[in-house]
Amino acid sequence: MCGIAGLIHRGKSSNVGQELQGMLQALKHRGEDSTGYALYGDTDGQNFIMRFKVGENVGEGSSSVMEDVSVYDERKKIVDSYISQMGAKIIKEERILPYSLRYEIDYDKGDLLEFSQKIESIPGVEILSMGKSLEVIKDLGNAKAVCDRYNLGDLVGTHAIGHARMATESGVDIKSAHPFWGYPFSDVSVVHNGQLTNYWNNRRILENKGMRFMSECDSELIAVYLAEKMRNGATLEEGMKDSLSGLDGVFTYFVATKNSLGMAKDTMAAKPLVLYESDDLVAMGSEEIAIRSVLPQEIDTYDPFDGEVKVWQI
Amino acid sequence: MANLKTTEKKTKAQSMGLHTEVLTGKTQQKFFNPDEAENFYYWGTYDVDFNKRTELDVNDMDCKEANKKIDELMSQGYGTIVIKNPQGKHSLGVGILNKLNLIFEGSLGYFGVGSIDGPTVRVNGRVGWSCAENMMAGKVVIEKNAGSCFGAAVRGGDLICKGSVGARTGIDQKGGTIIIGGDAGAFTGFMMQRGRIVVLGNVGINLGDSMYDGTIYVGGKIGSYGSDAIESPMTKSDIDWLKRKLKVAEIGENFDVSKMTKVVAGKKLWNYDALEPTEKKGAI
Repeated sequence: MCGIAGLIHRGKSSNVGQELQGMLQALKHRGEDSTGYALYGDTDGQNFIMRFKVGENVGEGSSSVMEDVSVYDERKKIVDSYISQMGAKIIKEERILPYSLRYEIDYDKGDLLEFSQKIESIPGVEILSMGKSLEVIKDLGNAKAVCDRYNLGDLVGTHAIGHARMATESGVDIKSAHPFWGYPFSDVSVVHNGQLTNYWNNRRILENKGMRFMSECDSELIAVYLAEKMRNGATLEEGMKDSLSGLDGVFTYFVATKNSLGMAKDTMAAKPLVLYESDDLVAMGSEEIAIRSVLPQEIDTYDPFDGEVKVWQI
Repeated sequence: MANLKTTEKKTKAQSMGLHTEVLTGKTQQKFFNPDEAENFYYWGTYDVDFNKRTELDVNDMDCKEANKKIDELMSQGYGTIVIKNPQGKHSLGVGILNKLNLIFEGSLGYFGVGSIDGPTVRVNGRVGWSCAENMMAGKVVIEKNAGSCFGAAVRGGDLICKGSVGARTGIDQKGGTIIIGGDAGAFTGFMMQRGRIVVLGNVGINLGDSMYDGTIYVGGKIGSYGSDAIESPMTKSDIDWLKRKLKVAEIGENFDVSKMTKVVAGKKLWNYDALEPTEKKGAI
């Protein structure tokens, strides 16, 4: 089933980590195999923030194979050496969990495709996000469990999207969890509720064009699909409108960039979405109770219609 | 379980080779018999006094607790119940089978006031998906917008949304009237079988797709017609009925109903000769 939620503050920053936690926790009955956050924090914009994993969470319910922590250490060492080889410099390093790390990196060249390909050539290593504002955090468990595990409650920023997952199309693991980074574009992330029925056809076409897939989760296709459109010069909104015919199946998805937040709903309107829009805040989710967690007062909300695409700027 | 047997009398569907058996045996439906009135008991109903009014704050309750509390208040004879702080919770006010004034001061989540038979409900907010699903009788008024599948499979009563609604409004509708003050999304009246849908605004694509019967009236633009949905001329009785219904619904007071588009089933998709006599009764 899955639940998605997102919000964007326009003209100010807020405690988006805590707010999104509340929204996703309200949707936990839609799935709590895993929960993911894409948070756009207030940064000085100087360095890249790289969230990556060197292994999987093998806790209860996971479909991943257990590995020794020493394997994670070995992978981390190779990542560090590759970063150095690429001419980048690690400014700050945090190892939040044995398998999950956050680096602040000074990387002048800015060619994220080459950089990411190099890092991800290490087996078992996946970059969850790369950007100057975006941080993707995803792990097994419900919203509160993930928020507490990664100390997301204090994160201040302008906008965020998140996902509460009931695994149906692929395994219970971090690599299949949402949000997906719009590789190799800085600060692009996607969450999705629904099923895509032309996943394999699109995947083969996109892989032949040199695009990268890290999981077998159909939702990853949206991130890759939009990234490929943008690589060819389309704007985010143009790519999203194109996806209404290019992607087959039922879907409602959110996509976020450094300065914007967008939503798209398929032409069957088969997946739910409730939207609240005001001059200073847009909040949306699979169910109204998600919005209620940040706006308990009486508000006007509505369901976007079939085939609708909307994009808001901060 | 009904018995199955073959029949000599062939319907159109049978002559096409679609099926050969007919259902016989007793229906499980129970009909009200006035001669047995004193023995008739509609389980789960209460005699309530509309002048007996109370308020219920459900902010700290889950839907099960809230519904049990409503049931308890009805059993105490309260005929007017005001629900405070519904906060978009799901499945509130479901399964009420007696007369009642039920007022929600706020918005409901999914499946609000489903499977009701008789109450008058007013929601001073918005409702989520599948509001009033399987409603048998009564009146439900939504002051703001509604989600998709509004009035799914309603059997009777009046369901009114003063704002706009999502997709598949009146899906599988089997009777009653659904009135929308604003716009409606795609697949409005999808597979509807009886009853009427009135949309004062625009509707999305595939209006009345695969509808068996029933009537849809649209005041605005139509995105596209679905399979077997066709336009039909408005009659005087249509106009009179619409005027009367909109007045009762307190909506579209100055709306020119004579310019609405009437949509009905083309009846090309299904074999109507095979209907049981009781099924051939007109729309409720």
